[in-house]
Amino acid sequence: MSTLGTRTGTTSPRPGELLLKVDGLAKSYTSKGKRTDIIGNLTFSVNAGEVVCLVGPSGVGKTTLLKCLAGLHPSTGGEMSIDGRRIYSPPPEMALVFQDYSRSLMPWLTVEKNLRLPLRHLRLPQSEVRTRILDALAAVGLSHAAKQYPWELSGGMQQRVAIARALAYRPEILIMDEPFASVDAQTRFDLEDLVLKIRDDYGMTVLLVTHDIDEAVYLSDRIVAIGLRPAVVLEELTVDLPLPRNQLDTRALPRFAELRNHTLSLIQHASAKPTPSAMEDAVPGAAGAPA
Amino acid sequence: MNTRKIISVAVGVLVPIALLAWWYLASAGSLNPFFPPLRDIVVRFKELWLFDHFATDVLPSLGNLFVGFAIAVILGVALGFAMATVPVLNAMLSPVVQFLRGIPPVALIPILITLVGFGNEMRVASIVIAAMFPTMLSTIDGIRSVEPGLKDVGAVYRFSRGDRLLRVYLPSSLPQIVSGMQVSLQVAFIVMIASEMLGSSQGIGAMTLLAQQSFMSADMWAGILLLGLIGFLTNILFDLVKNRVLSWYVSSKRLERAA
Repeated sequence: MSTLGTRTGTTSPRPGELLLKVDGLAKSYTSKGKRTDIIGNLTFSVNAGEVVCLVGPSGVGKTTLLKCLAGLHPSTGGEMSIDGRRIYSPPPEMALVFQDYSRSLMPWLTVEKNLRLPLRHLRLPQSEVRTRILDALAAVGLSHAAKQYPWELSGGMQQRVAIARALAYRPEILIMDEPFASVDAQTRFDLEDLVLKIRDDYGMTVLLVTHDIDEAVYLSDRIVAIGLRPAVVLEELTVDLPLPRNQLDTRALPRFAELRNHTLSLIQHASAKPTPSAMEDAVPGAAGAPA
Repeated sequence: MNTRKIISVAVGVLVPIALLAWWYLASAGSLNPFFPPLRDIVVRFKELWLFDHFATDVLPSLGNLFVGFAIAVILGVALGFAMATVPVLNAMLSPVVQFLRGIPPVALIPILITLVGFGNEMRVASIVIAAMFPTMLSTIDGIRSVEPGLKDVGAVYRFSRGDRLLRVYLPSSLPQIVSGMQVSLQVAFIVMIASEMLGSSQGIGAMTLLAQQSFMSADMWAGILLLGLIGFLTNILFDLVKNRVLSWYVSSKRLERAA
């Protein structure tokens, strides 16, 4: 691959070096004089070239966290930095793939023009724009759909378009917010493999948020487990499964099951804590593997 | 084309023809001075509008309609954009707008006659003022209902302000803006006629009113017939343009319904 992901003028971190740092991040809302802490003192980091999954139960504030990270919402405490520069507004090194693909693509633009739109303000030569778009569409296997409208495509294909749009933008880090939550199981496997392929081909760093523990284990180099509420890091664990991964073999490894069960027990434990009355009854012992 | 569609098109064409035929036959021997035979009306229609008064009365009316409508749309979209995106402006203007749009458009004409006089400027100005509000309000609605996800995309990918306005907000709210424009067009048409009926001697509205006041019923009916035709044709034209400009919207909705 060519000089993907690098921006002229900046020295981006080499693989393994610190790229994204979140230090003591906090976010709270005040409404009617009552303060609600969504995120309390969250600390983790992502190194260049890594795939890191943030895993947590539904309602833990993962989307809020990503919106803070992307500079869409102001945080109320702590700091975040990318390439050593603090994040106050959406940083140029970052691209986001949203959960709801159907609401993140412009329905009045063809697939190709959807990819082209974010490149406008980069003022690249036309030939470069064309190359990037063709490359990105080829990477997600949608070269044939360039002239179609997003709403003519299936859900999985629409999410591929959203991923291609991020790829054409050539960020250093690709952030994905439950990107495969609303596609069918087979498509989900395909898209997971697509993420791994992008990491390999483009050397891109990926931070993915999910509530699906199997998915996190399958994709990650590292898992950051997040618990309720306010959200804090429960544990960071390194996923020492061999690369390249494969839907059939990787998921059949005993180590896969160990990691899965460990993460699951962490999260179930965390879910059970804040509301002892209701939750503890529902999760006896809290640590059991699923049936 | 399936049979059901053929039937519905056939019905749509045949019913008006049947109504016309009924009118023609029922009025054929009419001696009532207010309801002359359709035959006489058609004859007068041909004499008056094809093309004796076409250049002197029909064209100026249509000119006012389209100039007034165009200015109203430009102002409506611009003001709607400004109010929807600048909160201070909205806070300042919203009460005024709500008050002004409550006034029936035709009631503004006397004020404008006092201010601007009886000329063409008055008519265009009345059309602009009255027709601006539907487009403006639907623009505000349209921009407020832009998908938050699309705004996030604009922010994350650091679109320029111009791109955000012209390439996200505008196309996204276009379906609403266009349906506001359609209402504006109807209002513009009403005000066009009304403005000609007050203190004017020129235009389709003026001629129709004059004919009524001088007991030339056939001429009056011919005028009304022409107005009906113009309204009908402008609406068809508008729909054609709309379906073309919003083809993505029309097709995506059709697909949604089919799914």
